[in-house]
Amino acid sequence: MGELAAFIILSALTLIPAVVVVTSGNVVRAAMSLIPSFLGVTGLFVLLGAEFVAGIQILIYAGAIAVLILFVIMLTEGGTGLAIRQLNEQRLPGIVVAGALTAGFVVLVVRTAWPLAAGALPASNVTAIGTAFLTDFILAFEISSLVLLVSLVGALVIARKEL
Amino acid sequence: MEILKAIVETVLLFTFLAVVTAMLGVYLERKISGWIQSRLGPKHVGPQGLLQTVADTVKLLQKEHITPLNADAPTFNVAPILVAVAGLLAWMIIPFGPAFGRIIMVRDINIGLLFFLAMASLIVIGILLGGWASNNKYALLGGFRSAAQMISYEIPLALALMVPIMMAGTLSTRGIVEAQAGSIWNWYIFGGPFEWYLAIPGVIAFVVFLTAATAETNRIPFDLPEAESELVAGYFSEYTGMRFALFQLGEYAEAFGMSALAAVLFLGGWHGPWLPGILWFFIKMFALVFFLMWARWTYPRLRLDQLLNLSWKGLVPLGFLLVLVTGWMLV
Repeated sequence: MGELAAFIILSALTLIPAVVVVTSGNVVRAAMSLIPSFLGVTGLFVLLGAEFVAGIQILIYAGAIAVLILFVIMLTEGGTGLAIRQLNEQRLPGIVVAGALTAGFVVLVVRTAWPLAAGALPASNVTAIGTAFLTDFILAFEISSLVLLVSLVGALVIARKEL
Repeated sequence: MEILKAIVETVLLFTFLAVVTAMLGVYLERKISGWIQSRLGPKHVGPQGLLQTVADTVKLLQKEHITPLNADAPTFNVAPILVAVAGLLAWMIIPFGPAFGRIIMVRDINIGLLFFLAMASLIVIGILLGGWASNNKYALLGGFRSAAQMISYEIPLALALMVPIMMAGTLSTRGIVEAQAGSIWNWYIFGGPFEWYLAIPGVIAFVVFLTAATAETNRIPFDLPEAESELVAGYFSEYTGMRFALFQLGEYAEAFGMSALAAVLFLGGWHGPWLPGILWFFIKMFALVFFLMWARWTYPRLRLDQLLNLSWKGLVPLGFLLVLVTGWMLV
């Protein structure tokens, strides 16, 4: 019962700001609404017993990515708080993609045999994730860190004119 | 029942923070700055001026809330609360010490340190939004500087935290303190209960942590977000009354929280000879708070480029080296 109530509250906390993100005419408010949405997702992770992912979710998404987005937006013209147009000529492709995605999710949810059996939780999330990263998923882990490094160097190359 | 307990704990923690960190903190800051500058500091309200901040708080509570005409009102009003709540939540994982047959702390969660870092990073959002919503160029610049600074210094802070985490093998603050039991030489600043040479990364990590913590809490010599001589008061220029006080509360709560965390991670938390544990914790915390204030009133402010260079060219590589060396020494 308590878990259901928590789930409903957290889902509302995630979804309502998410609607604001896509509908608000004020870019800063839209970016700002990402934060409660991220925090709601954090709550959902906690409900699932994934504390480590929840901590990382706040630290990286709410604490770093949202701040970077806000930082960049506030430096642009849109940061002065003026309302901008919500729709452009790509309206139709957008609707088609969103509709296809929704249909896909609906099919997925309907076809799954609920309830699913949950796996056993490890004693320590952090240890389990760390071990998995450095043994079974070492290749994916290293490749993603390499991608991040390349993007970092790429940003420097683009930003530095006098090379 | 669980909710009731959580509410009581929140009220207790908030009272503790408001009284010990904000009120006592401001009083200490003014007294210590007075001594350093050959003044007396507050002296008239109460014995030795002890009630000065109480009087100030009452004054701030009575003041009018002014929302500037062109400010983004909802954001403007939410920002100080966000800062204060994040500062408050960070204290959840600080273990004060043994009393009444248990360890006094709000929650012993197994991602303790990660939680602390996450809450510290939420403070940036409050500051950035407060600066933007004020619709004032000084406030906006203060918010930007704060975001740049806090994002840069979160990395060395987290890397310095890795050293005690690797030594203890846990993220729980209580677990880290318990791993430092025994003699003074088991504190992680002296290398913990391992070989003597682990004291080298221990001491360096402690220094990196304190430097990054000073920057993270926007204190001199790293107080660019609120540099009076350039930015009026930085991101809280437009705030009045209790909202201004909430920003101050968040800031002091974080500064005291960082000191408490340094005591927990490197100085053995509540462990110490003769005196009761909880007293040891407060002695260590206040010694570090005094150190932060001492540095604040002794050093001039850095320039923005010096500040960012120190982080990205000094502390970040040093932090990576620390993690590498500690890992190599421990294995």
